[in-house]
Amino acid sequence: MDINEKIKNIRVSLEEDIKKIASSRECQELKVKYFGKKGFITELTGNMKELSVEEKKEVGRLSNEIKNEVTTKISALEESLKEKELNEKLESERIDISLPSKKLKRGSRHPFQRIIEDVEDFFVSMGYDVVDGPELETDENCFQRLNVPLGHPARDAQDTFYIDPEYLLRTQTSSVQARTMQGNKEKTPIRMICPGKVYRRDDDATHSHQFGQVEGLVVDKDVSLANLKGTLELFAKKMLGENTKVRFRPSFFPFTEPSVEVDVTCFKCGGKGCPLCKQTGWIELLGAGMVHPNVLEMGGYDPKVWTGFAFGTGLDRLAMFRYEIPDIRYLYTNDIRFLEQFDRKDEENEIK
Amino acid sequence: MKLSRKFVSDYVSIDVDTKALADDMTSIGNEYDSCEKLIPTSKLIIGEVVECTDHPDSDHLHVCKVNIGTEILQIVCGAPNVRKGIKVIVAVDGTTLPGGIIKKGVIRGQESNGMLCAISELGLEHKFLTEKDINGIHELPMDAPIGEDAIAFMGLDDEVIDFELTSNRGDLLSILGMAYEIGALYGKEVSDIDLSFKEEKESIEGKFSLDIQTENCPLFLAKKVVGVTIKESPEFIKNRLIASGIRPINNVVDISNYVMLETGQPLHYYDADRLGDKLIVRMANDGEKLTTLDSQERVLSSSDIVIATEKEAVGLAGVMGGLTTEIEEDTKNIIIESAIFHPTCIRKTSKKVLRSEASNRFEKGLDPKRTYMAMMRSCHLLEKYADAKILSGTVEYKNMEIKEKVVSISLDKMNKVLGITLSKEEVLDILKRLQFETTVKGGDFTITVPTRRIDISIPEDIIEEVGRIYGIDKIEGKSLVLPTTPGTVNKTKRYIRNKLADLGLNETLSYALTPEEDGFQFTDAKGIEKVKVLDPMSEDRNTLRYSLIPSLVSIFKYNKARNYKDICIYEIGKSFYKKDEIYHEEERLAVLMTGIYQLGLKKEVVDFYVIKGILEELLESLGYKNRYSIVGTTDIHELHPGQSAKIIVNNTEIGVIGKVHPSIMKESVFVLELNLDLLFSFRVKKMQYKEISKYPSVLKDLAFVVKKNITAEEIHAVIKKAGGKLLKKIEVFDVYEGENVGSDEKSIAFSLTFEDPTRTLNDEEVMVIFNQIIEAVEKKLSAQVRDK
Repeated sequence: MDINEKIKNIRVSLEEDIKKIASSRECQELKVKYFGKKGFITELTGNMKELSVEEKKEVGRLSNEIKNEVTTKISALEESLKEKELNEKLESERIDISLPSKKLKRGSRHPFQRIIEDVEDFFVSMGYDVVDGPELETDENCFQRLNVPLGHPARDAQDTFYIDPEYLLRTQTSSVQARTMQGNKEKTPIRMICPGKVYRRDDDATHSHQFGQVEGLVVDKDVSLANLKGTLELFAKKMLGENTKVRFRPSFFPFTEPSVEVDVTCFKCGGKGCPLCKQTGWIELLGAGMVHPNVLEMGGYDPKVWTGFAFGTGLDRLAMFRYEIPDIRYLYTNDIRFLEQFDRKDEENEIK
Repeated sequence: MKLSRKFVSDYVSIDVDTKALADDMTSIGNEYDSCEKLIPTSKLIIGEVVECTDHPDSDHLHVCKVNIGTEILQIVCGAPNVRKGIKVIVAVDGTTLPGGIIKKGVIRGQESNGMLCAISELGLEHKFLTEKDINGIHELPMDAPIGEDAIAFMGLDDEVIDFELTSNRGDLLSILGMAYEIGALYGKEVSDIDLSFKEEKESIEGKFSLDIQTENCPLFLAKKVVGVTIKESPEFIKNRLIASGIRPINNVVDISNYVMLETGQPLHYYDADRLGDKLIVRMANDGEKLTTLDSQERVLSSSDIVIATEKEAVGLAGVMGGLTTEIEEDTKNIIIESAIFHPTCIRKTSKKVLRSEASNRFEKGLDPKRTYMAMMRSCHLLEKYADAKILSGTVEYKNMEIKEKVVSISLDKMNKVLGITLSKEEVLDILKRLQFETTVKGGDFTITVPTRRIDISIPEDIIEEVGRIYGIDKIEGKSLVLPTTPGTVNKTKRYIRNKLADLGLNETLSYALTPEEDGFQFTDAKGIEKVKVLDPMSEDRNTLRYSLIPSLVSIFKYNKARNYKDICIYEIGKSFYKKDEIYHEEERLAVLMTGIYQLGLKKEVVDFYVIKGILEELLESLGYKNRYSIVGTTDIHELHPGQSAKIIVNNTEIGVIGKVHPSIMKESVFVLELNLDLLFSFRVKKMQYKEISKYPSVLKDLAFVVKKNITAEEIHAVIKKAGGKLLKKIEVFDVYEGENVGSDEKSIAFSLTFEDPTRTLNDEEVMVIFNQIIEAVEKKLSAQVRDK
């Protein structure tokens, strides 16, 4: 058979073979059929020895041509089949992504503790140490060293749980002021806060016999009421939002002089007046003042040399404000439906 | 303190409206609760009933024609006392009364264009109303001018600010004190109080004596007036008492209250003829009885001060007078008492007996100058309004020094504490407004504090005064300079809280005060005592908790009652106990788990191993890996004896873990508790890189069939010992009980990892160790290896 006829036959056969092939695996078989030991292409050059130099040249050229042609065609076919097969595989692996995930159930953090940590972070960033003090305190630390001697009327406002004549459940975290000043043997400057639980004989919608307070104390050589205001302005912005403003009103606490009541603009209405702020635009947030010289003195700090400020606020109130919790008792009821709501990261207030 | 605007205006002029006054007072430290008109109505008009006929269709209504000056209105009125010719208070169409807005209408066919008012309809508190005020319309005097404002005519056109004063400002519990405060606020003068009166020739001296037997009464004045006429007080006195919240009784009693309101000094008037000629002030005897003005018999104790005759107690000093010597309709002669009693004593007694207007003032402390002033003011008013003749002389006991305090302070100190820059002139102006006598030398002020300001004694008090009158809110905030050392906070507890939340537990917050029964539950506490409060609010909250577990159990019960049965909760809180007479307080962590614990899609029913997993995850993540053990126990009565253990770290018990005993709770509830203070006392090693072996490790699995009572831990120990130092890791990966092993047996499968950091192990040497392990376990624990 003439070489040209053979090549022609190969082309015809290839056309037919290609039509029949459905998978990339069959392309391998096809390659054997054409390029194997007994393949059609291999056969073209099988009788080369018998040919003249001229013929050899011609046969070589033609068989190379057809070889390239067949290779290209089979390869293209293989490629497209492989792609098709991959797509089929991917399609077959398609899943219902809407089915439930295999995640761990997330627990929650109590709003009271969240507020504590926020307060801590803010003051730590301002150089304050967070200290812990006992809840079971002495009358001395809770009252006497805070300039509230026995029989002082200020004790009435804080109905106290006594354990015995000497020990009590602290009615205020201010008790830690006395401890901190006394505990600082070197009498170096103090910057501390103490968040924690306090107890008073009182129970209704706005009072719980156990509640949280945070006390702050700064003692240094040049501390003023203006510094107190500057500090509390930043604190209020951090806790209640950037636009919060702070107002000072004179007040009275036995352990500070001068004493101030600190109001913040109502975060609900922005100061316009609403039921929450009783239409005043302001909400009472903290009690504060310059540390009373008697308190400094009892703590071993010479009031002629040192001044200081102290402040205290209710943590429950802060939590109630931030999360809009209407009743303090919800914080202590521990209803799972309440607790589970606090299961994510808090948004943060920027201070500008 | 209810402040009547009209009353205080006797002593200081006020140019602003009452709401502004209240707000301005707040800005200088005097908060108020309410600020209202005494009579909260719109304008009421004086009218005259010019015609009054019975309503044709009613047995009690009247149809009246009422002249209100501008017109004559027809008004239907049901009051029994309405009649032609009387002057009445008319609420015309559109008038606002506390009960609503008056509207024109037709009553049983008769047109009615308003209402004739009873006093009870004007919004006064019930205690101020007489029967007449409630049963009929008010009849104004005949000279009442028709068409004019009825409230103003009656003198009730007053406004009242109810202040909530701070406990140091006892001086503001008086009209005079308020006048000084308002004076300082607006820079106004305070007018003098009229203390004038005539004295009779007859003197009290020698005819009346005092015997003060207690040091709790440092000042006592007595004076006698005779020939008083008991009658109704003049309107202005009654109105001011009402505005101040005190019920008028008769002129004499009213004057004693009126003077107390003006001066802040409580007084007591005795019927002199019933009293006798001597007063004793002493501490009561324990169990002594006294019937007070309110007809109640009080049993007294030795901490109460009494005023007494030789025979009996006649008054509870500073709190309430006695019934036997009270002023009555027929009283003619009066002994006036103006005295000071020790604030703390009065506080104690009034807490026990009654908080009165008087006790409230005594408790805060009094200005002795006012004690004298109140006596004179009493005489002035009794002479003027009760026809009293005042005997000359005063019987006086004084055991105190009446001296003005002198305080010095520098301008520099003032500015430094406030953080502002006031000039000397500004400070002087403020001190002048406060009526504090001041001398200046260089930058130093020397201030003589008026005796009325008992709250002021040190330089800082002056700073506060200057600050508040200057306007404390005008001070601008300044940042503190940041210290060079950063602040510190304990992060470990936070880590634990977050870790447990990440593990799917909800953080709770419960009360530290619990019922006493909860006491030492879930612990095997020995040799310690509970901490109880002396004066609990209820038996449910009388003891400070030792374990936190009972609190979590209560939370479980609460939620279970609301159909929530899958509860995984934790709490960190203080634990309290007493040992060897010393109170202790420790931080504890408690966990409670029950129901389903969700791990991925797998809903794991909580069992011992789930909560043990939580414990181990926590301890290991805190760095206590290989340092803790969990040792079975039967010591905790509230826990299942076969499913409970003690948690040991460094040979110290730091907590318990286990299933709540079925006799306590039928549900499968698991709890654990750790003493965190104790745990943290064991310091963990620094987290540090260890060289990773370059050579591959060899893994081998094997399983033993053992008797059920053999624990995994026991097998683990034998394997470890037999395995030597090439055995790096031993892990349980399967436990089997069932058909393929005997009914008293179980199979436990271990995965063992062998490794040498210096070379590659060959199979033969591993097999030698492996066989040693099998031999050891089989021999020591009567075990049998399963699939080698």
